[in-house]
Amino acid sequence: MSFYVIQFLNGLTTAASLFLVASGLSLIFGVTRIVNFAHGSFYMLGAYIAWSLVGRAGGGALGFWAGVLGAALIVGVVGAAIEIVLLRRIYQAPELFQLLATFGVVLVVQDVALWLWGSEDLLGPRAPGLKGAVEILDGRLPEYNLLMIALGPALLGLLWLLFHRTRWGTLVRAATEDREMVAALGVDQRLLFTSVFFLGSFLAGLGGALQLPRDAANLHMDLNIIADVFVVVVVGGMGSVAGAFLAAVLIGELHAFGIVLFPKITLVLVFLVMAVVLVVRPYGLLGTPPAHPRATGAGIEPVIRPAPRALALLGLAVLAILVAVPLVAGPYAVAMLTEIAILVLFAASLHFMMGPGGMASFGHAAYFGVGAYGVALVMKSFAAPMLPALAAAPLAAGLAGIVFGWFCVRLSGVYLAMLTLAFAQICWSVAFQWVAVTGGDNGLLGVWPAEWAKDRTVFYYLALILCTAGVLLLRRVIYAPFGYALRAGRDSPLRAEAIGINVMAVQWGGFAFAALFAGLAGGLFALFKGSVFPTYLAISKSVDALLMVLLGGVQTISGPIIGAALLAGLEEQLIRATAYWRVVLGLVIIGLVLAFPQGIAGFIAAQWERRSPGREAARVT
Amino acid sequence: MTVLAVRNLAKSFGGVQAVAEVSFDLSAGQLLAMIGPNGAGKTTCFNLLNGQLQPDSGSVQFAGRALVGLKPRRIWRLGVGRTFQITATFASMTVRENVQMALLSHHRRLAALWPRAAALHAADAVALLAELGMEDQAERACSVLAYGDLKRVELAVALAHGPRLLLMDEPTAGMAPAERIQLMELTARIARERGIAVLFTEHDMDVVFAHADRIIVLNRGRLIAEGPPAAVREDPQVREVYLGSGATFGARAG
Ligand SMILES: Nc1ncnc2c1ncn2[C@@H]1O[C@H](COP(=O)(O)OP(=O)(O)OP(=O)(O)O)[C@@H](O)[C@H]1O
Ligand SMILES: [Mg+2]
Repeated sequence: MSFYVIQFLNGLTTAASLFLVASGLSLIFGVTRIVNFAHGSFYMLGAYIAWSLVGRAGGGALGFWAGVLGAALIVGVVGAAIEIVLLRRIYQAPELFQLLATFGVVLVVQDVALWLWGSEDLLGPRAPGLKGAVEILDGRLPEYNLLMIALGPALLGLLWLLFHRTRWGTLVRAATEDREMVAALGVDQRLLFTSVFFLGSFLAGLGGALQLPRDAANLHMDLNIIADVFVVVVVGGMGSVAGAFLAAVLIGELHAFGIVLFPKITLVLVFLVMAVVLVVRPYGLLGTPPAHPRATGAGIEPVIRPAPRALALLGLAVLAILVAVPLVAGPYAVAMLTEIAILVLFAASLHFMMGPGGMASFGHAAYFGVGAYGVALVMKSFAAPMLPALAAAPLAAGLAGIVFGWFCVRLSGVYLAMLTLAFAQICWSVAFQWVAVTGGDNGLLGVWPAEWAKDRTVFYYLALILCTAGVLLLRRVIYAPFGYALRAGRDSPLRAEAIGINVMAVQWGGFAFAALFAGLAGGLFALFKGSVFPTYLAISKSVDALLMVLLGGVQTISGPIIGAALLAGLEEQLIRATAYWRVVLGLVIIGLVLAFPQGIAGFIAAQWERRSPGREAARVT
Repeated sequence: MTVLAVRNLAKSFGGVQAVAEVSFDLSAGQLLAMIGPNGAGKTTCFNLLNGQLQPDSGSVQFAGRALVGLKPRRIWRLGVGRTFQITATFASMTVRENVQMALLSHHRRLAALWPRAAALHAADAVALLAELGMEDQAERACSVLAYGDLKRVELAVALAHGPRLLLMDEPTAGMAPAERIQLMELTARIARERGIAVLFTEHDMDVVFAHADRIIVLNRGRLIAEGPPAAVREDPQVREVYLGSGATFGARAG
């Protein structure tokens, strides 16, 4: 009995800490509609800054609490500064570009933290006066946890008062419900947004600072918390603080009891709950449908026309060069091109569902990873030869796409994207926790190509052939009736249904189709590296794919090719050149988002059109 | 021959009775105008007919089949075309491609992964557009069309699968007066030639009285008058409603 009580209280402790961070994220999303990936970074900064401040202040209670509060305030100011310098410029940009920019911030903050505090985990001080534990029904609970537990509802109460008893709070609520309305009221939106960012970041920083006595500060805190917090916010209903509280308790308890009841699948459990909630209540427990839904794409989509002759010739020329490269270049170049070819296919598959399909995925790594594990497992368990094993990759990923897609296409916009993230995290958790089959963190090694394809050059040609074929096939389908049906559903679901198109079914098909090609890319990648790891399924892999597509431009069919080549090349060079490659990459991403809100290929296409008038609103591919 | 038979159709949103006990019939080749002030329930009525909304009660018979409970895409396949008050077209496609989508869907070819969609049923689409005087616009993107032209695209799309019933929600909104008359003349001719039953709403009374075979008048969800134009024009209740709404009845309105 006492065990369950303690576990329950532990769950509430986790909930409080989740709520601190999630309430800030939800608040920011509610008002600014920005999905702030950097929110986890604010949390991490809070922990690190608190470590420094508290360490400097000495051991007293006053020093400790002043340090915690100081850290939160500093993070709040950092958040407000980022809003002023960066986000303010891109409020009109498509949702996904905003997400990308905030991911750039994530990268920058990671390296700043690395530079300032080093890569070692930093153990924080215990809270003075709360170092002991209390006895509850002959179980023991740290006193600090009790404080955290009390903090959750207290914060909820404070926020409630703030939102319902102050003019500022009323504006925030009004803006959450209907942004256009607030603009019409003549309120200074800039001040409102900046202050909301300050409060949201403050809360994240506070959450991080308060976590310090319980966990060491480390460089993985940001992405670790952000996945959980996304779940809380989405389950609670984006923009609803009370919903975030409810969801935080739900998820906190799920963690606490999941560990006891299903130790192997705790992580899966959390995301499964999210998937179920979203299917039953698409806008979360306490969320409401947005008053002015916004497309995730870049506004009005241009007409897609066949590639002009010049571009087709250019493509052929590039292909010819790629075929000739091994004759002149060394093994390093060949290996790099192999990887780029694979990434191009991966990006093209994501583009297929995001562009024509209008379904943004934050979790495309799921299908890449399932493909990779598919090959590895088939090879390992059935000692299958390479080609049949490789065929298992798209099949497994396509199957995953069919299953996950069935849920995802019931939602749209950010919610759909979040659900894809949830499924990707489920896959990641399985790979991570099911050690007996997947090898867990150690992955599966020795997934090498067959004897005839072992040679790097031969494998390069194999990858080149399969990836080129895959990309061309995806393109072909975009121009085929099915691709048109996808676009019809994206452009106007109302009209599509009114001419007999089953939009959900078409999207489901498109989702699975995209997953299939991502799986092929993943399978090739596994053979290329000779091993598979859970990182193939990780958030950062999904973000890579998003980056490639968005940098290239969602609206152009050639975009993902340019984006993938660029990103893979850039990352490779940066990693070789400097230990602080993240900050450079982050700044490059931020710079690109600010300079080319349409993506690079989109920008080139726009330039092209400017020079050839008459092709109004037509986007060459 | 009666194509559409509506009986006691009703729908309320919360406390608002948007459509209440509406009944009417419509025959092949006939143009039936549904008029009424803003918020009378016309669009809601259309949404009930094409399956976008489910009625609280009442029945809809189309060519002897019950439509209530069917999805819009199913009702479309039975031969009901529809245009929207606020145009709904595929902005990333050309005018011709918009029509082709309806044709591809009608011929159940949307699952095809290989052929080039732009080449399928292209001639049919262009022929239909030519009939509506839009062949010049066929290759233009829908996103750049004037609103009046978008309305024509909607009509072309709605006609593409050879429907037996056409539902047109304010087909001439956003057009110049001369254009309106012209479009309705065209619609009327096509409807008579092909024996299509047409139900349309319209705020322009000139258009209504010039082209409708019969008129039904809706006010606050209720049907307050029904009959040939001349009779409806003289109906005191109808005059009351329109005078009450501040519109000049019989001359320009809306
Ligand atoms: N989805 C909805 N939810 C709630 N109320 C609705 C909804 N759709 C329509 N209504 C209400 O039902 C009534 C009828 O609206 P409807 O759009 O059918 O009128 P209408 O005759 O088409 O008007 P208009 O001439 O302006 O197009 C109005 O009071 C409207 O506010
Ligand atoms: Mg209407």
